Amino acid sequence: MLPAWTILLVSALYVGLLFAVAYTADKLGDRGLSLVNNPYVYTLSIAVYCTAWTFYGSVGLAAEQGLAFLTIYLGPTLMAIVWWVVLRKIVRISKLYRLTSIADFIAARYGKSMLLGGLAAFIALVGTTPYIALQLQAVSSSFDVLLHFPDMEAVEAGSAGILDDKALYVAVLLALFTILFGTRHIDATERLEGMVVAVAFESVVKLIAFLAIGVFVTFVLFSGPLELFREAAATPKIQELGLLTELPGGYQSWMAMLALSALAILFLPRQWQVSVVENVNEDHIRTASWLFPLYLLIINLFVLPVALAGLLFFGDRIPADDYVLALPLAVDQGLLGLLVYIGGFSAATGMVIVATIAVAIMVSNDLVTPALLRLRRFHARGQRDLSRLIVTIRRVVICVILALGYVYYLLIADTHALVSIGLISFAAVAQFAPAVLLGLFWKGASRRGALAGLVAGFLLWAYTLLLPSLAEAGLLGERLLGDGPWGIEWLHPYALFGLEGMDPIAHAFFWTMLANLGLLLGISLFDRQSDMERIQATLFVDVFLRSERDARFWEGTATVGDLQDLLGRFLGPRRSAEVIREYGAHRGRPLDEAEQARPELVNHVERLLAGSIGSASARVMVSSIVKGEALSYEGVMEILDATSRAIEYSRRLEEKSQALEDATRELRAANERLKELDQLKDEFVSMVSHELRTPLTSIRAFGEILLNNPEMDADQRREFLEVVVRESERLTRLINQVLDLSKIESGSAEWQLQEVDLGRLAREAAESTQQLFAERQTGLDVDVAIDDTAVKGDPDRLMQLIINLLSNASKFTEPAEGQVNLKVREGRGDNLRLEVSDNGPGISAEDQRRIFDKFHQVTLAQAGKPKGSGLGLAICRLIADAHWGRLWVESEPGHGSTFVCELPRAGGEHCDITGHINLAGRTDPELE
Amino acid sequence: MTGRRSERLIALALLGAALFNYPVLSLFAVDGKVLGVPILFAYLFIVWAGLIFGLARLNRAAARG
Repeated sequence: MLPAWTILLVSALYVGLLFAVAYTADKLGDRGLSLVNNPYVYTLSIAVYCTAWTFYGSVGLAAEQGLAFLTIYLGPTLMAIVWWVVLRKIVRISKLYRLTSIADFIAARYGKSMLLGGLAAFIALVGTTPYIALQLQAVSSSFDVLLHFPDMEAVEAGSAGILDDKALYVAVLLALFTILFGTRHIDATERLEGMVVAVAFESVVKLIAFLAIGVFVTFVLFSGPLELFREAAATPKIQELGLLTELPGGYQSWMAMLALSALAILFLPRQWQVSVVENVNEDHIRTASWLFPLYLLIINLFVLPVALAGLLFFGDRIPADDYVLALPLAVDQGLLGLLVYIGGFSAATGMVIVATIAVAIMVSNDLVTPALLRLRRFHARGQRDLSRLIVTIRRVVICVILALGYVYYLLIADTHALVSIGLISFAAVAQFAPAVLLGLFWKGASRRGALAGLVAGFLLWAYTLLLPSLAEAGLLGERLLGDGPWGIEWLHPYALFGLEGMDPIAHAFFWTMLANLGLLLGISLFDRQSDMERIQATLFVDVFLRSERDARFWEGTATVGDLQDLLGRFLGPRRSAEVIREYGAHRGRPLDEAEQARPELVNHVERLLAGSIGSASARVMVSSIVKGEALSYEGVMEILDATSRAIEYSRRLEEKSQALEDATRELRAANERLKELDQLKDEFVSMVSHELRTPLTSIRAFGEILLNNPEMDADQRREFLEVVVRESERLTRLINQVLDLSKIESGSAEWQLQEVDLGRLAREAAESTQQLFAERQTGLDVDVAIDDTAVKGDPDRLMQLIINLLSNASKFTEPAEGQVNLKVREGRGDNLRLEVSDNGPGISAEDQRRIFDKFHQVTLAQAGKPKGSGLGLAICRLIADAHWGRLWVESEPGHGSTFVCELPRAGGEHCDITGHINLAGRTDPELE
Repeated sequence: MTGRRSERLIALALLGAALFNYPVLSLFAVDGKVLGVPILFAYLFIVWAGLIFGLARLNRAAARG
């Protein structure tokens, strides 16, 4: 047994720690070191879902109904699976239009309807109050158990007077915390980092505490879960309950609870607050959608073992909700008991804090502010700064909500098990589901449909769940639950219209959803939406199709000064001036007060206001100063479509012009190449003509001399005739070369295919060019290092190739000091390698690439004019290609060059030369 | 690939909803034990863990893509 002051001190220390965590996180956030910008804090903050109800109530429920408690966590798991589809869309919309709560979301979706927003805020308030009461009750009763156990009578008696009631102090402390960390900014879209981090911290605490008690009970009190299951199965009483083999309450109740909790994880105001409003990055949803179910799974692992242990230990002697805390106390583990108490305390406080701030923002933005705007005729241009007023309103609302929770707790304390109160809240917020989910994916959902559905759903909920809970607490006549109000049986809240045999939750869920969904669908299908509704519906449903700047509705005009004044009244003059200045800076020039504001600015201001006073009020305020009408649906759609068309058009244009550019580049390259070839051909023709003309001229000259001088002596005549013959031979050679080239190219060359000894061929070629080298006084060495040098091919052609290479080499070396080497070596693979290297001036990289082109001639700086016909190497390459070989050059300017020809050894598959020539003639094998 | 991912996620949710409901559930709501653990308890937690695993895989793959 722990003394009261210890428990109080520990509680106070824990709350102090919470304040410190939140304060530190806020300070860090202000300095730009945000703790909330990571998916793990986000996930932990979503775990605010696990309240004191999870902590104490799950075990209670498990002890009464077996595995039914799991539905509360399986439902959210199912919903979390589709978070990426649903929640991401909600987050995107909320961020884009600065929506700060479910109420605001619903109001904005249905044409920025103040009525809907107010109604939704009211439902949230009424639905959340029992839940807050539940947490206060849990804290208070856990305190009593910790203090008085095992004296259960004292526990039951609880606290004597209000001043002795721990729940009151807790409520006051939490109000303080929420006011401090929940109302730092007037703009509700600004993140409450301190609060989020504190809540995430609490999620860690409650997880640790629950795992600690689970492990303790399972492995210390009992020797493992199997032992526990065995003992439980052997106990007749537990067997009777059918905890492990049945689903008590039947499948109806199971399914209803599954569905309810699936909706609750999205629509409970506190869940909306942490998962939508406090979301920093849409990508965090991806991690949270599997990590959060994992958190739920882990925290639930030990629920059933603890419940069974409680049943074995205590049976009916204490309420099942107290098992968690009573188990360690029963075996004198006071410290563990204290840890469990702190775990439950953290679960309760986390929920109360977030739920209170979420509902407070809703109530102040969607209920109080609209009422004030109406009441005080704020449309008239008051100059007062209202931002303080709004923050004050929010603080008062926080206190009111907590007070309501406390009063409710006083009214119904000790009458309900924790779970049923929680489920009443679930059923209340489930009423938001049709309006939000349908509104998210169906443009046809209309304001009147949503309104009727919400009203009907809420009224039925109040009648089938809220009223009976009050009646059970003895606040209303007992007859209500006996045989229906005024004795009318078919109005019985638990068996409406005679629908019997369902448990109250499933019963209420069925009727409320039937009415809510039915009215929303039915009315929407026959309704005519206003322009505003259609605009908002389109913006919401198609949010991923549009960009932010698209959405502007204001056709009318207002001056910049008016807008600044309006903003100033709600955000404070300093912040307002800042906004206008920033906007001007963004536009590239400061804005003048008297100038007409652009529609974008009007829109920007409306959105900023929406963050502070709700979208519906913001619209009213802006419309009060904008002269002229808002655009019609057609007008807005036209702008949207025009913008998206323009975007689409410009995107396509960009693609087209890119393609055009590519094509142009290719064309230009091809053209360049053609021009070059054309020029080469021209040059070649003139070159050939020149070459032809030189021998022709000399032949003619000598012929004329011979003709005109018949008395010339025989020696001289002979000499002249020899010249004529030599020149004719030269002429024939040139013409032959040209013919050769075209023959090889056209593939009609008649080549003989046979085995040729490359080494012998090389030596012969060297011999036949001996004369040439001797004339130029250039050295020539032949080196055939291997014996077997057989290749398959045409000996004449191969000879021509080698001679061409040799004569080329001799041509480009300096007379007297030139040295040419001819080598035959092993090549790569099954190839022979023929090398002709010289010590000439070398070939530039540019020329290396082009040297094998027809008509290309290397121009030597010192020579000034081309030396060859430009055909030799082209022919060489054609010959090498025709023999399945490769010919390339390796050279560095100034260090000579080496022509390398690789030819496959004889014996391979290559024997069809003619077929190959065609191919080779057309392709242009790349150099290495 | 967002569309494809969404489709897979929705399919997974439907699978989960089917496995957690009547009549599949009734197949496992029977007396008996697997390795000493009550069948229904084991079934629910195994399916649950399986769903989380599938979910993590889908969302991880998405993060890479």
